[in-house]
Amino acid sequence: MTVALAGKDIGPQIEKALPGSVLESAPGYVMLKPEFLVQAATFLKNDPAMAFDYLNFVTAVDYYDYFEAVYQVTSMTHNHTLMFKTRCYNRVDPVIPSIINVWQGADFQEREVYDLLGVYFEGHPNMKRIFLWEGFEGHPLRKDYL
Amino acid sequence: MALHTEPFILNIGPVHPSTHGVFRIRATLDGEVIVDIEPVFGYLHRGVEKLAEQRTYTGIIPLTDRMDYITSMSNNLAYVLAVEKLAKVKVPERAEYIRVIMAEMQRICNHLVAAGAFINDCGAFFTPFLYMFREREKLMDLFEMVSGQRLTYNYMRVGGVSQDLPAEFLPALRKFLKEMPAHIAEYERLINDNEIFLARSRMIGILPKELAINCGISGPVARASGVKWDLRKADPYGIYDRFEFDIPTGTVGDANDRYTVRIAEMKQSLRIIEQAVEKIPAGPVISDVPKVLHPPVGEAYGHLEGPKGELGFYLVSDGGIAPYRFHVRPPSLINLTALRQMLIGWKIQDAITIFGSIDITMGEVDR
Amino acid sequence: MTELFANPWFHWAFYTVLLISFALGAVMGLIYIERRGMGRMQSRLGPNRTGPFGLLQAVADAVKVLLKEDIVPANADKVVHWLAPIVAFVPVLLIFAVVPFMNGAMLADLNIGILYVFAIGSISSVGIFMAGWSSSNKYSLLGAMRDVASIVSYEIPLVLAIIGVVILAGSLSTNEIVKAQANIPFILLQPLGFIIFFAAACAEINRSPFDLLEADSELVAGFHTEYSGMKFAMFYLVEYAEALAMCAIISTIFLGGWQGPVLPPWLWFLVKTFGMFYVMVWTRTTFPRVRIDQLMALAWKFMLPLALINIVVTAIEVVIWPTPAGLPWVLIIVNFAVAGILIVTWSRLMKYGWGRVETTLR
Repeated sequence: MTVALAGKDIGPQIEKALPGSVLESAPGYVMLKPEFLVQAATFLKNDPAMAFDYLNFVTAVDYYDYFEAVYQVTSMTHNHTLMFKTRCYNRVDPVIPSIINVWQGADFQEREVYDLLGVYFEGHPNMKRIFLWEGFEGHPLRKDYL
Repeated sequence: MALHTEPFILNIGPVHPSTHGVFRIRATLDGEVIVDIEPVFGYLHRGVEKLAEQRTYTGIIPLTDRMDYITSMSNNLAYVLAVEKLAKVKVPERAEYIRVIMAEMQRICNHLVAAGAFINDCGAFFTPFLYMFREREKLMDLFEMVSGQRLTYNYMRVGGVSQDLPAEFLPALRKFLKEMPAHIAEYERLINDNEIFLARSRMIGILPKELAINCGISGPVARASGVKWDLRKADPYGIYDRFEFDIPTGTVGDANDRYTVRIAEMKQSLRIIEQAVEKIPAGPVISDVPKVLHPPVGEAYGHLEGPKGELGFYLVSDGGIAPYRFHVRPPSLINLTALRQMLIGWKIQDAITIFGSIDITMGEVDR
Repeated sequence: MTELFANPWFHWAFYTVLLISFALGAVMGLIYIERRGMGRMQSRLGPNRTGPFGLLQAVADAVKVLLKEDIVPANADKVVHWLAPIVAFVPVLLIFAVVPFMNGAMLADLNIGILYVFAIGSISSVGIFMAGWSSSNKYSLLGAMRDVASIVSYEIPLVLAIIGVVILAGSLSTNEIVKAQANIPFILLQPLGFIIFFAAACAEINRSPFDLLEADSELVAGFHTEYSGMKFAMFYLVEYAEALAMCAIISTIFLGGWQGPVLPPWLWFLVKTFGMFYVMVWTRTTFPRVRIDQLMALAWKFMLPLALINIVVTAIEVVIWPTPAGLPWVLIIVNFAVAGILIVTWSRLMKYGWGRVETTLR
């Protein structure tokens, strides 16, 4: 059975490795500061005790006040999983760093989030719309898109 | 003096016999050799994620049918698993067994299509395809018995399944289980040692293990690369921990491995169904679930080992009757992540073979 | 009657009409065999709604395709696009001129009949290339390129495989070759030559597993992607007429042509021709398609050397056993042994294809 690691346990460890990176350590997830996202992801992937080598999914949720990017990662060696999140409070030009250099699997998913929610992933080499055509106005999955 | 040449840009798709739907590969060619590709998606985008935000939790089930229409039953199951996780619903024993039987039947169904279409992409003129469709037809008849539908079943419900198995289902399934191994042996006899098939598929489109993991690739494609990762074993949902089966893996990660892994998985699925048919108990098939669900505020990620890979649903509930956010983790889309690395340097013909060996459904890629 | 046939004008007119009607009629038969035979092999019924046993399916197809609109792409080279089906079709029809239906029953008993067949037969690839080029479609162009590559490569083993037969028969005339097979068909004396010829012929007329130029799973329809209506029907006709011609040639030079007991000669000829075509249908339903580099490797690394060895072996045999009396059992056994050993050892040694190519844009 894959063990779902509690954010409460992992959060302090990330905080220890990267001081100031963790905003919140909830039972279900760890909330990271966007500036530290790539470093924290690299830590999660490379730390032998964590070894999160597999990215399950990337998505984002529109909560009106902020966009929340959700990442679920799994370690195939330890068979445990963790959800971490980050938030972006800018609604006009939301930007979140891309983790494509840590897990290549984020490639299409980050593009999808950009396409449907308009969250720009900085550092992605090919950040453009994936499903909708170039020139489509708006981002349909936003809650204020009608 | 070097001859001045220009790159040859070929749009493979969106309307093309071998793109399994409406996928487009924008390939830059040097003669017949692929120099660069860019996958283009979106021709089948229907906005399922947006549509789901306006539907009740039960009303979403038909939408999931239409994502990967080859594996509707698995999609149903993955979705209701996520909702059950979110709403903390218990499932009766009999329903669990029915779900396992359905999911494994669906896996065989999908692998028949995948393997048949793959050999078709290798250039065989429909013979293996039709041989495999012959057996798929029997499975569709079985699905029709339980759900009344042949492609989009809408059979799973939150807390169980929509209706009990009809009386004639289990005998028919037993008959199928008895016949199927001989058919699989027939495929192996006809295809596995075919010289041209081996020449076309062996050492073609190699996906290294590390790349497969890093790209989030799952399912038979990852297992063919040697990643021994199957959610039925690693994270047994439902009652999968009660069944005995092996995880077939490949060694090289070439197109031929992906094909053989699928054939081997069909055998394992038959094993699981046999055990489930033996042990299936009597009892109710759906637990007492309110007609309109109001899951508590929160989020849940439910996933399962779909025929194509890890199929997951990430649901966010605000306590209402519809999910606040409905996200699909589509294995078809994510398995294409490494497509560019896999295709560069091969010929167009190989590109079709490699693409076919990944096995995607555009309905799920674009949603 | 014989006086009438002695008149060359009547002879030509009669055989021209006969050959064209034979080609068109037999093509319908081939289409029927292919569709029904493939249906049987693929565990389905095949077309069975038009006429008894679906016999009129080819007619229905023809009517449908002739009534379709003829679409020419806007960017096409219109003259070449229009000309291509004709250039492809005429040479195929010309091949039948030297096919003996009975003893001497042919349009022209050329003393270089076999050479004529291959000289004429390869012209239709010009038509195919014209079609691919003029369509201004990239798939068509790729298909046409592949066709030229395969024709250039396979012409050589095709012709070399015949030379063994020519040595045995002592003549290039098709009628003489059939006559030389009075006792024994050359397939028994030239098994290796037959296999090479059959495979090369499949490649030459683009039958599976060498049907790269119209590979439907990768090139959509290859060179005739942009053709419709009557012109498409012409290409369809070319495809089957070529197959018919090749089967007729194979049955002439390897299977003893019109020779055979009991049945009338022309019927023997038809039986052998259609039988060969059935084998082609069989390979089509059985094999996947080879890759372009494997196709080339097979021609140059496998068929060419084996065809050359076959010539040497046959020549030595003819010198050692000049005119065998009765059935040449020694020759049959030796030739089958040589063919078996060569094919097995050579296929072990040969490696086709080189897989991935490291490439950058030049």
